[in-house]
Amino acid sequence: MSTKKTAFSEFMSDARYIASTNKLTFGAALILLALVVLAVIGPAIAPYDPIATDAAKTLLKPSWAHPFGTDALGRDILSRVIYATRLDLGIAVGAVAVSFFIGLALGSIAGYAGGWTDTIIGRLMDTIMAFPLFVLAMGIVAALGNNVFNIMVATAIINLPFYTRFARAEVNVISKLTYVEAARMGGNGSVRILATHITPNILPKMVVQASLNLGWAILNAAGLSFIGLGVRPPTPEWGIMVSEGAPYIFSGEWWTFVFPGLALVIAVFCFNLVGDGLRDLIDPRART
Amino acid sequence: MNTLITILRRVLVAVPTIIGVVIVTFILQRALPGDPAVFYAGPSANPEVVARVREQLGLDQPVFMQFLDFIRRLTHGDLGLSISSGHPVLDDLLSRAPASIELTLAALLFAIVVGLPLGMLAALKPGTLVDHACRVIVTVGAAFPTFFVALILIFVFYYQLGIAPEPLGQLNEIYDTIPTTVTGFLLIDTLLAGDTATFQSVAMKLVLPMISLGLFALAPIARITRAAMLETLSSDYCRTARAMGLSYSRMVFSYALRNAMLPIISILGMVFSFLLGGSVLVEQVFAWPGIGAYAVSAVMASDYAAVQGFVLLMAVLYVLLNLVVDLVITAIDPRVRYEH
Repeated sequence: MSTKKTAFSEFMSDARYIASTNKLTFGAALILLALVVLAVIGPAIAPYDPIATDAAKTLLKPSWAHPFGTDALGRDILSRVIYATRLDLGIAVGAVAVSFFIGLALGSIAGYAGGWTDTIIGRLMDTIMAFPLFVLAMGIVAALGNNVFNIMVATAIINLPFYTRFARAEVNVISKLTYVEAARMGGNGSVRILATHITPNILPKMVVQASLNLGWAILNAAGLSFIGLGVRPPTPEWGIMVSEGAPYIFSGEWWTFVFPGLALVIAVFCFNLVGDGLRDLIDPRART
Repeated sequence: MNTLITILRRVLVAVPTIIGVVIVTFILQRALPGDPAVFYAGPSANPEVVARVREQLGLDQPVFMQFLDFIRRLTHGDLGLSISSGHPVLDDLLSRAPASIELTLAALLFAIVVGLPLGMLAALKPGTLVDHACRVIVTVGAAFPTFFVALILIFVFYYQLGIAPEPLGQLNEIYDTIPTTVTGFLLIDTLLAGDTATFQSVAMKLVLPMISLGLFALAPIARITRAAMLETLSSDYCRTARAMGLSYSRMVFSYALRNAMLPIISILGMVFSFLLGGSVLVEQVFAWPGIGAYAVSAVMASDYAAVQGFVLLMAVLYVLLNLVVDLVITAIDPRVRYEH
């Protein structure tokens, strides 16, 4: 118990060190925390109903009453941006979680078993990677059906190879180490060795991969909804809001697409920075 | 001889990948929600019509036979009929491919022409303005959605400054004369027709889409160039070259850059994935008459044959581009040739 505590306090002091030397990462972590809070309590603090239209208040400039202005249907853009946080983060986190766990399982099996199991799983991942990933995601959503759940499934599938390959490479190295051999000599079965001796040792690096990947998952999902897949109007979602605001570019109503776009940029930017920070924390040698 | 064997092996490795791509495309086509026969027969069809359509489409056959039929039709270049345009999907795709290729190649060219010197300068002068500019562009490229950058560029350069042409398509249908189709590439066809005015107009219309799409290819290229150059510049052989009295430019270009080319070319595989995927979004924003915009409207219209044809075409293109990257690496790096 005492060793665990020192390891944790060491981790915290490292985290404090990185936060103090790199203010940007620290700031990004704070903004990210705020976004998560917004995703949870957003609907309670949004000033207006995100789907209530008002014909008398269409395309209003940003003002005190409507800080982000209103859209062509008179809906408050700030409220829509706030409401959308839950859906956008939800799709990305859900997709990354699915590919994380399936990738971890597939990669561990491939790396541990080797042989034809490894070959089949490897080939499967190669085939996914053979497609331009955004195009494959489009094809999957078109085939499975045009809804939000399938956006998540498609994003999870195109992310799967990265996790599988990463887990496979790590497990392949670790399973040849002497302590694993000792565990096997001690009579532990393969499943037990994988679950209790190998996986805990690759989890930290996998988590770093996941946090670096989240920003990309948000961009992908937003891209799909921008071209009209998945999310249906009037549901507030950043990607579809940008595409709904796009036509008003020609009459100069920039706020219709700039604010949801900026929300996307901020979320992705913070995820990327925090991911980099986490990597520095867990795997200092991988710093670039 | 050794090189030839390596090249052959690389080409052979692409074959199972293509087979995998074809299988996945087939599965996607069969994973359609509901009964495809009911869908293709239309909403007013009675059971007999549905049964006839099912027979026509071969859907009453076992799945394996359907797959063989799919392969047989593929070898004849038959990707099915597009229900929204009424034309064979392959014809639709081929007639729209030149616009997409023009856009993608222009973006790639822009990314290399800007990204390579940027990354080199950032590595040669770390901590200077160029280095910071490089970092900003790499960060922007990684965090800004393609479509958002495209819209911002349109807002600033078309709406605010008025220096960019109307961001709709490749041609201005009122002022420009459409050249006779020779290659399908408007930039080439207008030149062949000797119509420099239209050529200029087409080129101007290419600028904003090219930058929007190119920015996302530029970011990884600049990042890798900077990292690879930093590594080669700090190597012993570069220091030795300088110590032996070689000029600075000789050391940079023939020692550092040539050795840095390997990781830069390797990253191009990923860059192509970005470009092919991102072109869909950029085409959508600029109403570009390419295959990406075609695929988006096909998805919206539930035109499955067109979507699958598009996915298959893009995947095959991507596999071939990766093969080219592999072959280039084999050509420039002797170590790869002896690897087994």
